[in-house]
Amino acid sequence: MIALLLRDLRLAVRAGGGFGLGLAFFLIVVVLVPFGVGPETELLSRIAPGILWVASLLAALLSLDRIFALDFEDGSLALLATSPLPLEGAAFMKALAHWITTGLPLTIAAPMLGFLLSLAPEAYFYLLVSLLIGTPALSMIGTFGAALTVGLRRGGLLLSLLVLPLYVPTLIFGAEAVRRGADGLDPTGALVLLGGITAGTFALLPFATAATLRINLR
Amino acid sequence: MSMWEYANPKLFMGWTRPVLPWTFGLAAACLVIGLVWGFFFTPDDFRQGSTVKIIYLHVPSALMAINAWIMMLVASIIWVVRRHHVSALAARAAAPVGLVMTLIALFTGGIWGQPMWGTYWAWDPRLTSFLILFLFYLGYIALWEAIEDPDTAADLTSVLCMVGSIFAILSRYAVLFWNQGLHQGATLSLDKEENISDVFWFPLLVCIAGFVLLFIALVLMRTRTEIRARRIRALEARARRA
Amino acid sequence: MLNVHNLTCARGGVPVLSDVGFTVEAGQALILRGPNGVGKTTLLRTLAGLQPAIAGDVICPDDESAYASHADGIKTALTVAENLQFWADVYGQGRRFAPFSVLEVALSAFDLFDLRNRMGGTLSAGQRRRLGLARLGVIGRKVLFLDEPTVSLDRASVKLFADWLRAHLAAGGIAVIATHIDLGLDAPELELTPFKSALDAGGGTDEAFL
Repeated sequence: MIALLLRDLRLAVRAGGGFGLGLAFFLIVVVLVPFGVGPETELLSRIAPGILWVASLLAALLSLDRIFALDFEDGSLALLATSPLPLEGAAFMKALAHWITTGLPLTIAAPMLGFLLSLAPEAYFYLLVSLLIGTPALSMIGTFGAALTVGLRRGGLLLSLLVLPLYVPTLIFGAEAVRRGADGLDPTGALVLLGGITAGTFALLPFATAATLRINLR
Repeated sequence: MSMWEYANPKLFMGWTRPVLPWTFGLAAACLVIGLVWGFFFTPDDFRQGSTVKIIYLHVPSALMAINAWIMMLVASIIWVVRRHHVSALAARAAAPVGLVMTLIALFTGGIWGQPMWGTYWAWDPRLTSFLILFLFYLGYIALWEAIEDPDTAADLTSVLCMVGSIFAILSRYAVLFWNQGLHQGATLSLDKEENISDVFWFPLLVCIAGFVLLFIALVLMRTRTEIRARRIRALEARARRA
Repeated sequence: MLNVHNLTCARGGVPVLSDVGFTVEAGQALILRGPNGVGKTTLLRTLAGLQPAIAGDVICPDDESAYASHADGIKTALTVAENLQFWADVYGQGRRFAPFSVLEVALSAFDLFDLRNRMGGTLSAGQRRRLGLARLGVIGRKVLFLDEPTVSLDRASVKLFADWLRAHLAAGGIAVIATHIDLGLDAPELELTPFKSALDAGGGTDEAFL
């Protein structure tokens, strides 16, 4: 299983754009927001938690369709399905690789972009923590969505339509934690619920993803 | 003979043919009686005035929007466990009906909300949950449309429906956490005393019965269409091989 | 030993092959013959467990089989050696021997040793096919289901593959091969045309609607 993780990471680094594009997209979305809503520091500071969460969610969405599509096209997915590696484990590792290549860089970059949106100083810690806890769920849910649309020629748009509603609870708890942090309230409740969702998705969705892949490979 | 045999496509076509007109007729009767009774023969509410009468469309459609999804979930599970084709096709047939019910609930809610709360739309937990439910319906229908092989489509949409149901419930509670809301409490509930009076309650019951019957009739009719489409596909496949 | 009994398999919900049965002893190969579209790929995919059979049994020792499809599953951004190492690791063969020795044997057997540091994306079609076949050498599986293994191979490479296969069989391996060319193996052939499903064959998913 580690072999699959290492292979995917190596492919992401070599193919280029894996890390960079998602981050660049994140940056551009965050930069565009002040152009849209105006430069008032007070307003930006108030909406910063939501903007940062929505932007990182969209950036994570960008690379989802590549999770299984390339392996499906070149036949390695069918070979993996007949290998001794359980497909559930493969799904888990795919999600983990996606998180390391997108979720983790986004988490690290988010505080710097929070600076651009004059995020409240108290909120930086919670921004980092909530993204660290929440983005793995985004990757796992996205992996499930990618498995659903893997056999479709133009699955990209459909993938967004399927995955975005599933992102709602993660987004709500994640952004709420940062907002409470910024307002000086206690964000523990939101963080615990966010962690619960992440744990739940990693417990359940690898099985759903593996079942979906088996159906698509039939 | 076990009850599952009624789910054989041919038997299903047989017993639904006579049942269908009766269901439509009963649904129409209930709706006409319930709506006329509700609109013209009930007093205006002392606080909400005549606006309250939209309840006869709003509550039944909202109820059916959720029940349609639950029916799709049950049908999906039956398909996954017992591989009854009619079950998968019934889930497919119910989705657009559920989608329209969700839209009716959202629109009538807006019309009701404008004079009451002074706005057509607010990010209230109930309203938001319905908007999310609407998105779930859209995704489910889009996935059915996108996949060519009918059995693969049935399998994948069933998985989506089951996973989606978990996330729909999660979203419901997440939204409550996010915003406490201004929507009034549930109109109907089993565990507390009715908070609307009998004058409104009886015509509402008739309307709900009408919506349930209308939903059943529409789903039966659409399932019959799906079965016919599937039969054409099967016959064409056989003709190609011959 | 591989034992296939009354196997019926379907493509797109329609039965294509009915009541296929054969036995392959250890050390033997079986060549599947038949015109395009008769169901060779479907049969191999069913044997490999990628799709469920409508009826019948495939009796095969657990965790001993491997499948090679038309597609080679080669990653263009990995080198030849890395591609092989990945599959060796997935099948738990990476560490059992001294590092790279399994790989070196497989690389040499398919004349890929000089190409081992080339990127997968720079290989020619024949070289890619050889790399796809070399995968079978590093995964340590006895029962092989091979779908058109010699496509885009030149004559010398076909001989390399036949030699490797002969050695694999001599070591107690089993192979079921769909191919149109003569590999020069001393193996029985199974013509699939007689097993073609009748037009009214039952068991397909469309059956309930007819």
